[in-house]
Amino acid sequence: MDIWNFMEYAAWALSALFGLFIIIDWLRTDSTYSEEVLTSSREGELEALTEEHHI
Amino acid sequence: MVETATQIPASIDASTPEKVGLLRVLGPAHVWALGVGIVLVGEYMGWNFAVGKGGAYAALIACWFAGVLYTCVAMIDSEVTSTVAAAGGQYTQAKHIVGPLMAFNVGLYLVFAYTMLEAANAITVGFLIDTVAVMTGHDGLDQRPFIILAIMFLAWLNYRGVLATLSFSLVITAIAFSAIIILFLATAPFMGDSPLRHAELMTDLPYGWLGVLASMHFGLWYYLGIEGTTQAAEEVRSPARALPFGTLAGIITLLIAATLTWYVCVGLMPWEYLGQAGVPLFDAARLSGSTFLMVLLGIGTLFATLASANGCICDASRAWFAMGRDHYLPSWFGAVHPTYRTPYRSIIFLVPIALIFALGAPLDQVITFSILSGLLEYTFMPLNVILFRRKWPLETIKRGYEHPFHPIPAIVLLCLCGVAFFAVFLGYGTQLVAMVSFYVIVSLWFHFWRYRFVSRAAQFSMPWPRPAGY
Repeated sequence: MDIWNFMEYAAWALSALFGLFIIIDWLRTDSTYSEEVLTSSREGELEALTEEHHI
Repeated sequence: MVETATQIPASIDASTPEKVGLLRVLGPAHVWALGVGIVLVGEYMGWNFAVGKGGAYAALIACWFAGVLYTCVAMIDSEVTSTVAAAGGQYTQAKHIVGPLMAFNVGLYLVFAYTMLEAANAITVGFLIDTVAVMTGHDGLDQRPFIILAIMFLAWLNYRGVLATLSFSLVITAIAFSAIIILFLATAPFMGDSPLRHAELMTDLPYGWLGVLASMHFGLWYYLGIEGTTQAAEEVRSPARALPFGTLAGIITLLIAATLTWYVCVGLMPWEYLGQAGVPLFDAARLSGSTFLMVLLGIGTLFATLASANGCICDASRAWFAMGRDHYLPSWFGAVHPTYRTPYRSIIFLVPIALIFALGAPLDQVITFSILSGLLEYTFMPLNVILFRRKWPLETIKRGYEHPFHPIPAIVLLCLCGVAFFAVFLGYGTQLVAMVSFYVIVSLWFHFWRYRFVSRAAQFSMPWPRPAGY
């Protein structure tokens, strides 16, 4: 077993780690906040407040 | 579910937000990094198949032909997106300017183009690491863990926040671009003893003008994806300034990089070899005889690939998110992470799709579907800008950038798209027909079923005046 074999195992482990982080945080977020808050983003809200499209 | 005080984590402010949205934290440099980062991998590999189709001069003609096409794309995009500064880019433009069915199709073009490109980049990462392993004497490397790691790491980065994601892209893209400049400077004749042998290696067009036409397909690789800058529209601090600046600086960067890449590679390799090379810039560095250049261009190749995959995740997720937010897709996808302010569900949803294509589909098919979706998107752009100027003339709506010589760029772009479609049809006619059939079927589904869930008034949110003639 050489360094490349170790790197293969390390790549598997890191992939699982990143995947786990994402899944755990996703489940925690979805159970902490209401669906109304999570999907409250609306297109163009900032523009509506700050810009006037008149010349 | 209903929130209670005890459910709120300590890291989150005690006052739970009532509304969450994407964060405006990006500057022009991030926009540049997003656009160039997606594309620069095309300089490191892929463009050289144009040489195989028609010889060295055909690849140069394709390079500049595609350069004109994408300059039109960049100018048109800069004008429209500086006004429609919302996530979704061309999808949002289509929704406001053309109509819902066009928007739905454009949104799918975007997601397909970027997700396929992400998968192709991940496959390339596995190939590159395998190449390094072989060079160090290790045969039989399992590429799968490295392909999966590339996708998972970049998905995690995108999940955690857009500023870190595009700052990472900025650094690795700048290194990859600098590597091309350094290779050119180190091998150029004006620097002394040059290894370039253009006089010996350049030939006439081996397949005549038909070869030039066939090479057009691969000429797109030099610039494919620069239009992705528009996806960051909702997250830049000053969209009207940063988006045109970042996009136009990006296309200038790519025109320089593409021409230098062609010049160095055709001066070092005969066209018969270059036309089939897997990593032409890396090969050019090896042929230069410099170990430093070989290592630098090896790193550049890896960084360009990662930057491209990173930008693709960012862009595909924004397009998917915007469609979910408008109920063109289930509104579940329109969620924003309250802490990281990213479209986290869209990012997560696209990960398994990218993994399936990266692990189960051949590279050339994945790339072809990406290019075809991109080409359909470019065909929409000239129609979009002509309608935009007609419905909202210059004196009725404020633009961050006004592209010159309208409608010449739109007409040129439309004509060039026609030529590119014919060139693609010559090589990949079956895939082209299959892809168009797919979009026709999903359009029927959207028109007869999905559109009933869309709130018609809520989707048009820009504070614009009524269009001319309405």
